[in-house]
Amino acid sequence: MDNPTRARAVLDLYERLRREAEAAGYLLNPDREFVLDLMEGLLTNEGRYGYPSCPCRLAAGRRQEDLDIICPCDYRDPDLDEYGACFCALYVSEAVARGERKLHPVPERRGAQRPAQPAHPEALVGFTAAGMPIWRCPVCGYLCARPQPPLKCPICKADRDRFERFPGGSR
Amino acid sequence: MAKVMLYALSTCGWCKKTRAFLDEHKVAYDYVYVDKTEGEERSRVLAEVQRWNSHLSFPTIVIDDGKTVIVGFQEDRLHEVLGV
Repeated sequence: MDNPTRARAVLDLYERLRREAEAAGYLLNPDREFVLDLMEGLLTNEGRYGYPSCPCRLAAGRRQEDLDIICPCDYRDPDLDEYGACFCALYVSEAVARGERKLHPVPERRGAQRPAQPAHPEALVGFTAAGMPIWRCPVCGYLCARPQPPLKCPICKADRDRFERFPGGSR
Repeated sequence: MAKVMLYALSTCGWCKKTRAFLDEHKVAYDYVYVDKTEGEERSRVLAEVQRWNSHLSFPTIVIDDGKTVIVGFQEDRLHEVLGV
């Protein structure tokens, strides 16, 4: 980080991601030096590939092959749920941020099997065609299709346990 | 003295922590930044990593030609295996 323009870009990215994380109910790792290194990695990858792919994964360098590892990656939320941190530990859970839970290496989730297709067409009610359940925020109506609702609604910050299945209404 | 080979990414925070650990404990090691390799060298290095870690994740630390392989920055394991 010898170049002042680069140092500025690293700090700008850090501030932007922190703002966005907070606005959406996520937390960045409180270890600032560690996070600044990851910002440096994201900027390096953006310069190399044209998109900020995960600094802790080897990118193919072809966007179509790397879509799932563009930060924040497809695996962030399940890893936050299970390990309290994303693969890089850029994003952490509240327990980790408060120092109540220790960080351990997060195993690579990428490449694991996707959910199976439902056996009967009627089972598609409340699911996307790919078999992913649809969730509705009861506060603002935000809809999403994913294995579990988000920790907090990205729009209104309602907590996960308030989300209901859509269509339907059961939790 | 154990023979230590570190497969790392130049952009990865855990790889950096691993190098800092090895440096701090004066462990001699070879390393390659896989993201900085290209073409045939990339293929050769990836084939090496794949032998020890099918997920191709980093850091991958290969000790004594595969007698022990540590995936991810596991400080406790490094202490134990390297005796530092």
